[in-house]
Formats: sequence, C-alpha cells, structure tokens
Amino acid sequence: MKRLVLLAAALTALVAASPRPDALADGARVNDAAVTAEGYPQTLAEFGFFADAAAQVPADGVVPYRLNTPLWSDGAEKLRFVYLPKGAKARAQGEGLLDLPVGAALIKTFAFPAGGKRRLIETRVLLHRASGWVALPYRWNAEQTEARLALAGARLALTTPAGVAIDYAIPNKNQCKECHALSGAVTPIGPKARNLAATWLAAQVRAGRLDAVPVVKTRLPVWEERDGAPVALAARGYLEANCAHCHNPEGSASNSGLDLRWEQDDPYRTGVMKRPVAAGRGAGTFEFDVVPGDPEHSILPFRMASTEGGVAMPELGRASVDPAGIAVVKRWIATMRR
Amino acid sequence: MRMPEKKLAVAGALALAAISHLAVARTIAVAPGDGAQGRLQEALITAHPGDVVELGAGRFALDDGLSLDVDGVTVKGAGMYATVLDFAGQKGAGEGLLVTSDDVTLRDFAVEDAHGDGIKSKGADRVVYRRVRVTWSGAPKETNGAYGIYPVQSTGVLIDGCVVRGASDAGIYVGQSKDITVRHSIARENVAGIEIENSRNALVTANMVTGNAGGILVFDLPGLPVMGGGNTVIENNLVVANDTPNFAPKGNIVAGVPRGTGVMVMANDGVLVEHNTLENNPTAQVLVVAYPKAFEDKRYNPYPRNVVVGDNLVRGGGDDPQLPGGAQLKAALGGALPPVLWDGLGKPGEALMVAASLPGLSLNLPAQGASAEAARPSPLKLTAPVKRVDRASVGAPAALEARIAR
Repeated sequence: MKRLVLLAAALTALVAASPRPDALADGARVNDAAVTAEGYPQTLAEFGFFADAAAQVPADGVVPYRLNTPLWSDGAEKLRFVYLPKGAKARAQGEGLLDLPVGAALIKTFAFPAGGKRRLIETRVLLHRASGWVALPYRWNAEQTEARLALAGARLALTTPAGVAIDYAIPNKNQCKECHALSGAVTPIGPKARNLAATWLAAQVRAGRLDAVPVVKTRLPVWEERDGAPVALAARGYLEANCAHCHNPEGSASNSGLDLRWEQDDPYRTGVMKRPVAAGRGAGTFEFDVVPGDPEHSILPFRMASTEGGVAMPELGRASVDPAGIAVVKRWIATMRR
Repeated sequence: MRMPEKKLAVAGALALAAISHLAVARTIAVAPGDGAQGRLQEALITAHPGDVVELGAGRFALDDGLSLDVDGVTVKGAGMYATVLDFAGQKGAGEGLLVTSDDVTLRDFAVEDAHGDGIKSKGADRVVYRRVRVTWSGAPKETNGAYGIYPVQSTGVLIDGCVVRGASDAGIYVGQSKDITVRHSIARENVAGIEIENSRNALVTANMVTGNAGGILVFDLPGLPVMGGGNTVIENNLVVANDTPNFAPKGNIVAGVPRGTGVMVMANDGVLVEHNTLENNPTAQVLVVAYPKAFEDKRYNPYPRNVVVGDNLVRGGGDDPQLPGGAQLKAALGGALPPVLWDGLGKPGEALMVAASLPGLSLNLPAQGASAEAARPSPLKLTAPVKRVDRASVGAPAALEARIAR
C-alpha cells in the first residue's frame, strides 16, 4: 500500500515537471518549470515564451525591449524580450545590468529578410536558474514552424541585408558562454541601464516589474541617431556593445589587458598607444591598438575590417564587416589629438 | 540476525549511489566522418566531469572552432599522428580548440592548420597536454596561426611529449600563468619555439628546440593583468640551429626577436639557464635584455634581475648575428660573437651572472629604450653565478604527473 502511494506521488511529480499541454495550447503562459528546472528543453515551444512564435508575439509576462546601441550581427534584425515570472521584480543596480531574479529569462531572436519577408534564423535564450544563468541556442526550421535546440551550433548560408552572402554561424552552447562569461560564470550582457531607454525603464517600474528607475549619468547614444551624438560617445558605445563583453578585466579576453567597457576612463586601458599582447598576426603590421589621429595605423579598426579567423574581431558573432561601426570608430580615432 | 528495514534501505541507497557514481565516468567515443563537427562539439558540451571523450583514429574535417567548458574531462585520441583534428576548412573562432574549464587532460591527438591559435586553454587550472601535436602545413609563413599550444592565466600547466611546428608567434606559449612544466617536447620552425611570458615558477626541461627564429624565450611585458615574471628554470634542453628567418607579422613583440637566438630572457626576476646544449644559434646562444620599448605601466620593471647563465654545452653560433653593426662586430671579434650577449641594462651584479666557462659581450646600451645603434660593446665582466631561483616552487604540481602516468 505504502509503495503504491509513493508511486502515485512520483507520477504526480513527473507530470508536474513536464510542460502542460493545456497551458501551451492557449499560447499565452510561460512554462516556468522549463525555465528553472535543470536540463535542456529540445524545442523553444516548451518554454511558451510566445503567444505566436512565428510572428514573435510574446506571451504574458514577456516584454520586448531594445538596446540603445546593440551588438552588430551581420545586420540581423534582433527581437529582444525579457521574461519575469508573475509577481517577480528586477532590481536596478546603478547604471549596470538589471538584476533579474531566478526564474527570469532573456530571449533574443535573430532574423534576416528573405524574399521580402522576415525569416527567423535562431532564438537564443538565457535562463536564470538557481544554479546560475544557462545560455541555449534554438534554430528555426525552414518552414518557420519550430525552433529546435542546437547545442552544438550550426552553420547556414544566407544573404545579409547589405547583400553579402555569408556562412552564418549559430553559436554552440560554449560559444554562448565565451561572450556571456564574467569570471567564468554565464551572465547577461545587454540589459544594462545605461544602454536602455529611460522611458522603457520607467514603464517597467510602473508595471511593477522593476524596483526603481536607475540613475544614469550618460546613456549610450541611440545607434540610429549617432550622427547627432558626440563621436566619442558613439564610438565608445559601439565598443561597449560589440567588444566589452570579452574585453573587460573579468571577460574572455581579460588576458589582453584591453578594457573597452563604457566606464573605463583610462585611455591606455581602452587601447590608446597600447601594444597588443598575444594578438599574433591579428595585429597586422601595426604596433598599437589605437594611434590618436591615425585610424589607418590602429589595430582596432584593422581587426574590425577583417573576416579572417585569427584576425577578425569580434571572434564570434559575425561573418561580414560592419562599415557603419568601423566608420564611427575611425572617426573617433581621427579626432583624437596626437 | 535480521537487519532492520531502515538500515537495509540505507545500505541499498549507498550501493546505488556507488554504482551511479561509477556510471558517471563514461567514455564517449567520437569517430571522424560526416557531421564530425557537430558530434564532437556536442560530446564536449554534454560530457560530465570524469568523462573521457575518445577520438577515433583518422582525420576529423572541422569547419569551426571547438570548445570544452566542463571540468575534469579527458580528450584522448589514438595518437598524435593517428587522430588529426583538421581545421584547414575552419570558418570561425579564434582557435582550433578552446578549453575554459579546470583539470582537463588533452592527449594523443593532433591539431592541424587552425586559422587562429591551435589549442588555447584560458583560466584552465591544472591542465595537462600530453603527446599533443599542433602543426601548420607547408613552409613556415606569416599567415599561420599565432600560437600552437597556448595556456594562459592558469595555475598548474604540464606540457609533456608534445610537438609544435609552424606557429607565426610561439609554438608553445605559456602566458600569465604559474607552476608550469614544459618538457620532452619538440618545437621547430616557429617564430619562437617555446615562450614563457609574464609567468612564474616555470620549468622548461629536456625539450628539442630547433629551426625556430628564436629558441626559448622568457619574457615579461608591461600592460598586462599579470606581470612580474620569474623564478624560471631552463635546463637540459637541446637548443640547436634556430636560424629560420623571423616570419612574425611586423609589429608583434616576437617580430623583434633576432633570427638566430638560442635562449632569450627579457626583463624577469630569477631565471636560471643551465645544462643546456646550445649549438649553432647564429646571433647568440643566450641573449639577455631589458624590455626595449617605451611603456607607461608604473608597476612594471623592464630590467632583467637575477638571471643566471650557468654551465651549458656550447658549440658554434654567433657567426651570423642579426644585430645592427653585427657584421663589423663579428669581424672585430675574429668571426663570431661569444655565446652570451647582454644589452648591458640592469643593475651590475644583479641583472646577470654568467659561469666562468662562457664568454660574453655587453652592448653597454646607455638607457632602457635606447636603440642598438647606441651600443658600445665590450667583453662581459663575469660575476660568479649564485643560483637565485627557488627550485622547490618551480614546475607543475605533482598531481598532474599522476594524471599522465595512467
């Protein structure tokens, strides 16, 4: 008899842990167990982040956001969402990352135009579990009906909005961490208060999803409006969003000694007249990361303009070059006094 | 006696735990062939601590970098010529294989033609490279990857029985690390054969280093998170005919290594070079210098301190020095420079001590950062060597030895 009770309890636990088809059917509720339980759900649908995933219509509690200056990924359109479980609240931490509670998730879909339509390529999720953040990539099928876990990553041919044919890389789970690592632990990168719109932050506070509007001294410029911003801010914003996740004292490129975080104000640490350490041929024929007034002899734009393994920076996340990003960084270097 | 039910249950649970613990240490076999990239990468991601990822014999055609981020995993091939990870078709990533977890053992396989570095282990403590080959095909060239075997920011590094060839920077490069052993390895036709940089407690012993532009380099550079290199022993190595023209990309620090340098020490505190066979290195068998460039880092000491060149077996060398005015110097000295060359920078009596058996030359540069044109060469005044390294703290931890004994 006792055994029977145990068996029944075990079965109940099993049922509770698996996604509830009825909850998913209405498409509007997130499956919190998929976010927080250990393991890797095989499909994106198991999370229930979307009411209509193909159209990228979010479910309840999943809120879209944008970054002022985003990471450039071969010109991909990116759809960003943050999920907070019912009643949960993020905490402001000054200008930096919003502190998202266990159970929260960040969702980012990468899309490219194809035949006049939006083609979803992959959706990356960052899940905040009790054991820490977990990063997983999901690849959309050609029919756009399902996104499946791509633990080992994938490559596919596509054409960028700029018309460049590339071999697009969906990162594997480890590569997710290469960019998302701080002192070896996975962490979000994007939602820092200084890179989020004040209006969005205020709306989150009003909705009870954020404890306070963070005080930000200088916000990263909105990338599309960069021409109206001081070039130093536009360039440093771009470097913060595209490089600083590795190039910081706790990041994957800490050994380089190059620190491209927005808050770093020692010019030498940001590359000015700094020699590379272990750049190998990545340095080209140049001696310094940034030579004031001389972008053509600076390593930073040289590596940004390359697509060759061992030279190209960032190492992950792009297969073509970003002329707009290079232009801003070159203009910034050109305006520096020698 | 009847065992109480509760106790029995506990015993059962313990037995089960023991079995499942055994079951945890698995061997995951991965064969070359179709889809090798995905299958191998997935094995490296899903491995658990204690697992062995066993690479089959043959050539794995890979089109992307690989990475390992699970502690305590062994990646083992069928031999450094039998199992080849071929990165000739690599489309992305900065290295062939990247390791970011602790207590990893890499053994018995090869990495060929990686687009960036061969194998990089970063912040990966207690790493073992055993009978691993990292090579680039064809003639040594600037477009080869920078480093072959590249542990950085790690404590506990054992590199044993490895082969590196063709790196456009250093074949074996250990950076910003401590407690290091590099031994029984072959480094040939790289810009630098073996380089220990901004690291402490390194033992470089019983290696064959030949055909590089520079053989064994011990450098300490400014502007890095980890500085203050030293307490390093270079002994019992064969450092022979390192005479390949320097093919490093210009601008690189190793591009400044004169072709034909056997052992080169730049800055550092406490380096012992002894009992090596130094043969036919045409610029200098041993070169000791201060960091030659301008720097801003106030924490940095650019001078060599407590560098000891003890007895070494020396033959030939110094007969084609790649230094400004080298030809005249050579003629004035009867056809060859003496085996030990010092730029003359650093405190006299502290910077460099040389065994009486080895003649030397000081360039007597006037100041740190001065060009070699300002040299006023004179015979090196000998200072009796006092051994200034702490041998007890040199080398990889003993536990790493145990791992390769298996």
